[in-house]
Amino acid sequence: MIKQAMNKLGLVLVAVLAGSIPAFANEGGTLPPANTRPDNIPAVQRGARMFFNYCVGCHSLKYVRYSRIAEDLGLTEEQVMQNLNTTGGKFGEVVISSMPPADAQKWFGKAPPDLSLEARAKGPDWIYNYLKSFYVDPARPLGWNNSVFPNVSMPNVLWELQGTQAAAFEPKPKDAKGVDQACPHGQTEIEGKCLTGFSLVAAGSQSAQQFDETARDITAFLQYVGEPVALKREKLGLWVLAYLGLFTFLAYLLKREYWRDVH
Amino acid sequence: MANAISRAWGGMCEWFNERTPGLLPVYRKHMSEYYAPKNFNIWYYFGSLALLVLVNQIVTGIFLTMNYKPSAKEAFDSVEYIMRDVEWGWLIRYMHSTGASAFFIVVYLHMFRGLIYGSYQKPRELVWLLGMLIYLALMAEAFMGYVLPWGQMSFWGAKVIISLFGAIPVVGDQLVEWIMGDYLPADATLNRFFALHVVALPLVLLLLVVLHLAALHEVGSNNPDGVEIKKGPKGNRWDPHKPADGIPFHPYYTVKDLVGVGVFLIIVSLVIFFEPTVGGWFLEHDNFVEANRLVTPAHIKPVWYFTPYYAMLRVVPSKLGGVLVMFSAIALLFLMPWLDRSPVKSIRYRGWISKIALALFAFAFVWLGKIGAGPGTDPVETLIGRVLTFYYFVFFISMPLWTKIDATKPVPERVTMHD
Repeated sequence: MIKQAMNKLGLVLVAVLAGSIPAFANEGGTLPPANTRPDNIPAVQRGARMFFNYCVGCHSLKYVRYSRIAEDLGLTEEQVMQNLNTTGGKFGEVVISSMPPADAQKWFGKAPPDLSLEARAKGPDWIYNYLKSFYVDPARPLGWNNSVFPNVSMPNVLWELQGTQAAAFEPKPKDAKGVDQACPHGQTEIEGKCLTGFSLVAAGSQSAQQFDETARDITAFLQYVGEPVALKREKLGLWVLAYLGLFTFLAYLLKREYWRDVH
Repeated sequence: MANAISRAWGGMCEWFNERTPGLLPVYRKHMSEYYAPKNFNIWYYFGSLALLVLVNQIVTGIFLTMNYKPSAKEAFDSVEYIMRDVEWGWLIRYMHSTGASAFFIVVYLHMFRGLIYGSYQKPRELVWLLGMLIYLALMAEAFMGYVLPWGQMSFWGAKVIISLFGAIPVVGDQLVEWIMGDYLPADATLNRFFALHVVALPLVLLLLVVLHLAALHEVGSNNPDGVEIKKGPKGNRWDPHKPADGIPFHPYYTVKDLVGVGVFLIIVSLVIFFEPTVGGWFLEHDNFVEANRLVTPAHIKPVWYFTPYYAMLRVVPSKLGGVLVMFSAIALLFLMPWLDRSPVKSIRYRGWISKIALALFAFAFVWLGKIGAGPGTDPVETLIGRVLTFYYFVFFISMPLWTKIDATKPVPERVTMHD
């Protein structure tokens, strides 16, 4: 009776802990999910292509070797060196942007960060939404702002594909006494105003749906780059679990045999 | 052939026994002739599992030090090097990081087992005290280990925790500088924490574990009924003078613990291979950003196993007060053997007051952990945290009273088997 109650208490504790995992994971607020997977190899390959065309001019991947990308994504040395490598690095070297950090500091006010671990630090949902949330803002030095990362130094390098977005704002709601209230659910507050949505003021070469896929592909690539071993980890894990399952079963039979005479 | 091998083996054993008089008696005393109560239940797996995790941490730790660089310039890069370029480095690192959290899960359950079955009561006070010292050493070990990857949370966590010593009047500020060897957590801090994490504290832990087991085997194990089998009838199948309710630790509990090991390894493998960060609970997102003393993370918080105490620190309005509350919360646990005045050990034979008080205590500890992991900005949550902290202290301070007046049921002469 007591034993059962104690076992139940243990279960409740586990349930409380398990229930708080999502709360912890979503601490950056709620963003629409990216729904990307690093083991979707075609998406990661397309994302790699986008990264080396549009991102590597400024951002390095200082922990990622070209040879590792080839190995993990099923590409040949030739394919990687001709189609992806735009930095002039050697096959066995890591991906270092050709932009000198000192110049970058001068041009953007802040050196563009290395993106090797971006997906692990900020999460795929953040990257996916960030890529889609650039809008024109004449008040910014480069004319671009971003609702996911307000006042970011980076311009929208994907504007040719996405087109140009403008943001629509509304003043913050007020209560009966005229005191400002929080923005309605789902709207971001930027500089004391509520962002109600984006509109396309100049079309890009991709449709909204195509660009959504592009943003997902880049996200998947950065997810892969954040933890290259994730591709192998889960496959190996299944074998480990199968082995441990068998081991535990045999250990249980052994225990039962030994304990037959304990009453 | 088989005969020749067994004769050679027997000869070799004899050769050793003649020259090392202590070994065979030690094996008998702690394994084949250590009579443990036969009624251990699921709560009794966690001692052997704690030992398993300790071995895992030492072995994986040795391999990590082969590639880790304890310098503020290189530490973060070297961890990524281990994760990406070192053969099987990712597995060793995840085994170590998952092992750290698993260690605390196992140790908390092991301690809770002690609370529900009164395992700290006479004559096992010293076993409990040594166990508490292990818990303290483990907290220091885990804290310093968490600083080594030199991510943002390593740096800021270290800064917050070390600055707690600054609350001590008069010498506080000098003490903080002395611990860090700098004005902020820096290269000197990382270097000395590495030395303490990989050499000093593991030695202390190993010594304490040996003493913990030696003390336990001197007085014998408690059990879910809280019955002293040494005081019960004598004579079992193996020895006419040993407790009737005892069975030899080896092979009975070694094969039983093997099943526990299997189940435990399945659970930790699910983490290691499928969700090594556990959504930011075992490896925090901010720690994938290199330490930067110019950028403060939005929420500085320790890893989950410290958050109950961190919550207590935060809900107390004064810094010195918070530090005192936090350290007394741990110190009170040491006093368990003398706070509990109940004539019976096990919760099975205690009254409803003890059951409710203990259940609420476990509940308060977990909830405090959840509050400590949050941003700490919600005033309602702070109020709840204060109530829970108050209860935590009331639980211990009033324990001599409620354990004495609480009704008890008669304890059986012999242990009971439930399965």
